[in-house]
Amino acid sequence: METLQQSPDAAQPRPGLRTTVEDLRLVGVSKVFDTFTAVQPMDLTVPAGSFFALLGPSGCGKTTTLRMVAGLEDPSTGKILIGDRDITDLKAYKRNVNTVFQSYALFPHMTVLDNVTFGLKRRGDKDARRKAQEALELVQLQAVAGKKPAQLSGGMQQRVALARAIVNRPDVLLLDEPLGALDLKLRRQMQIELKRIQQEVGLTFIHVTHDQEEAMTMADSIAVMNQGVVEQLADPATLYENPASTFVANFLGQSNLLRARIEGEAGEGLLRARTHDQEVVVRRDRVPEGIRDVWVGVRPEKLRLGEDGRNTLRGVVTDASFTGVSTQYLVRMPWDLELMVVQQNDGSARAHVGETVAMSWDPGHEFVLDQRQSDTAGADLDDE
Amino acid sequence: MSSGSAVLPSAGRPPARRARVNWVPYALLLPGLLWLFVFFVVPMITLASQSLQEGDVDNGYTFTGNVAVYGQALQNYWPQLLRSIGYSATATVLALLLGYPLAYFIASRRGAWKNILLVLVIAPFFTSFLIRTLAWQTILADDYLPARFARAIHFTDLLQVLNLSENSSLLSSKFAVICGLTYNFLPFMILPLFTSLDRLDGRLLEAARDLYATPRETFRHITWPLSLPGVVAGTLLTFIPAAGDYINSKLLGNTQTVMIGQVIDAQFLRVLNYPLAAALSFVLLVLILSLVTAYVRRAGTEELV
Repeated sequence: METLQQSPDAAQPRPGLRTTVEDLRLVGVSKVFDTFTAVQPMDLTVPAGSFFALLGPSGCGKTTTLRMVAGLEDPSTGKILIGDRDITDLKAYKRNVNTVFQSYALFPHMTVLDNVTFGLKRRGDKDARRKAQEALELVQLQAVAGKKPAQLSGGMQQRVALARAIVNRPDVLLLDEPLGALDLKLRRQMQIELKRIQQEVGLTFIHVTHDQEEAMTMADSIAVMNQGVVEQLADPATLYENPASTFVANFLGQSNLLRARIEGEAGEGLLRARTHDQEVVVRRDRVPEGIRDVWVGVRPEKLRLGEDGRNTLRGVVTDASFTGVSTQYLVRMPWDLELMVVQQNDGSARAHVGETVAMSWDPGHEFVLDQRQSDTAGADLDDE
Repeated sequence: MSSGSAVLPSAGRPPARRARVNWVPYALLLPGLLWLFVFFVVPMITLASQSLQEGDVDNGYTFTGNVAVYGQALQNYWPQLLRSIGYSATATVLALLLGYPLAYFIASRRGAWKNILLVLVIAPFFTSFLIRTLAWQTILADDYLPARFARAIHFTDLLQVLNLSENSSLLSSKFAVICGLTYNFLPFMILPLFTSLDRLDGRLLEAARDLYATPRETFRHITWPLSLPGVVAGTLLTFIPAAGDYINSKLLGNTQTVMIGQVIDAQFLRVLNYPLAAALSFVLLVLILSLVTAYVRRAGTEELV
């Protein structure tokens, strides 16, 4: 078994591991089914060796994108490249790309070991058996090599599917909602496991999921897709702190969106904005160029009860739910909007339903979006 | 509360109540068992006893335990027995070769098309077996287009070279008998094959494709092994009735293509040698049973999902 640390010395060939992985590039790739456009023309670069997530609600085109990379679907336009090689017209069985399917798609008539050696044997690998055993070791399943898939639990089948794909050392490994069928506890466990394996083998992973938490915990960078379009491509922290659209803001976590109008300078790199009868200040670099009607977004945990932040709003608590670590409040504004506030259980006084409270935040903790976007985009789509 | 107390046996009741036998399943089985007894077990015993009797129709038969009749049956009719096995095996292979692509095609259709095609497969059953075989007599007749065409392209010559026909006609030949058998039992091959292939998960084929399997390798390693239950069922449903068939060889064959079913038919109904006919029936039964057992063992269907 290879050393578990990723060697910084990439030129050193490690036995059993590919030493060169190349970027995957999608150039103007789109897919139209009859009259339905599943994927709008998109450009996407997945850096070699990264853990990349395609995140979006069902029907957003993420699986179609994945299937085009796998070669199971032909793009309507555009090119798919690995390094400098154009693989757009390469048949699926000739592509050095492997998939972990949502249904696992393990061959029911073969043993676990035969499933894992399948790809290697098709390519005439003389060392198939040893490599397969190594891969099974990687997913800690060497003990069940002789069993049939039906004799294994869902979590084990999932790992067999992973070993069956990884063993081929593909240029890109595609994971299509691989944890969707597992229960929550197992899913958390497998998320950590997947991340460990990815670091260990150093392959490019593209993970398709509708679970934003899963994408955030695992991926180095995330492309958020909606209705066939990549809405934003960034690392998890940027996506969360500075979403590029209301869809991203609502789909990743919770957002309070305040309708506001930029009114002028406030000095110190700040701008004055008016939301209903309240004046707030926002950081200038957060405001999109040339836009005056905006949504000012504040995450629930950025709002604090009390008046110690620079921007303050007042409202009536309509709901308070205590979860132990924190308390989640719904506060109704005079203009009927309900804001969500999450207060850490840090010993500060709790508010009660019916109480009028002040909430505040500091400039820079908000994000500002164009008001032409719907404030409810992506809000109901979280986990289906 | 109430469900908890229902599970516990109450102390006051006599234990005999719990030992009561549920007779409903047996009652439901009864008609079927009765049917099998009257129309299968009793005839089998009668047939076995018949084969060991001696005498003739006019003076009646008496049980003498004459085992020699089996030796006589084998000695005189082994060519017909072997021929039956050979013809039906050939017809089974042909039906598989014809039926597999057809079943695959039907299984890969969607919605209404699938049903229409399946009805077309079953449609011949709306006509009698006899009529359909008689129709083949006409189709293969000397002065009709198929025979003329076969002669024109020297297909009949090829048949003669292959010893499937004795002259330049299609009818009254080995070829015709095997064609008839293949045609008549083809639906029995297609239906189980269709069921297997229809159940085949398309995602497995995608997975194979993703794992570097060419279409040919995908068929060999995934489609074929997973359709084996259908192949085994289809071949058995074709082979077994074809081996005992006597209509095709009678209507489409000649004196050199007599199958064992025809011999049994003649011995029972014309020669009236009941013991010999009964003995032949038993020999055929044992032969088919042993062949089928060997085949199923080899195919190892219990290993399949």
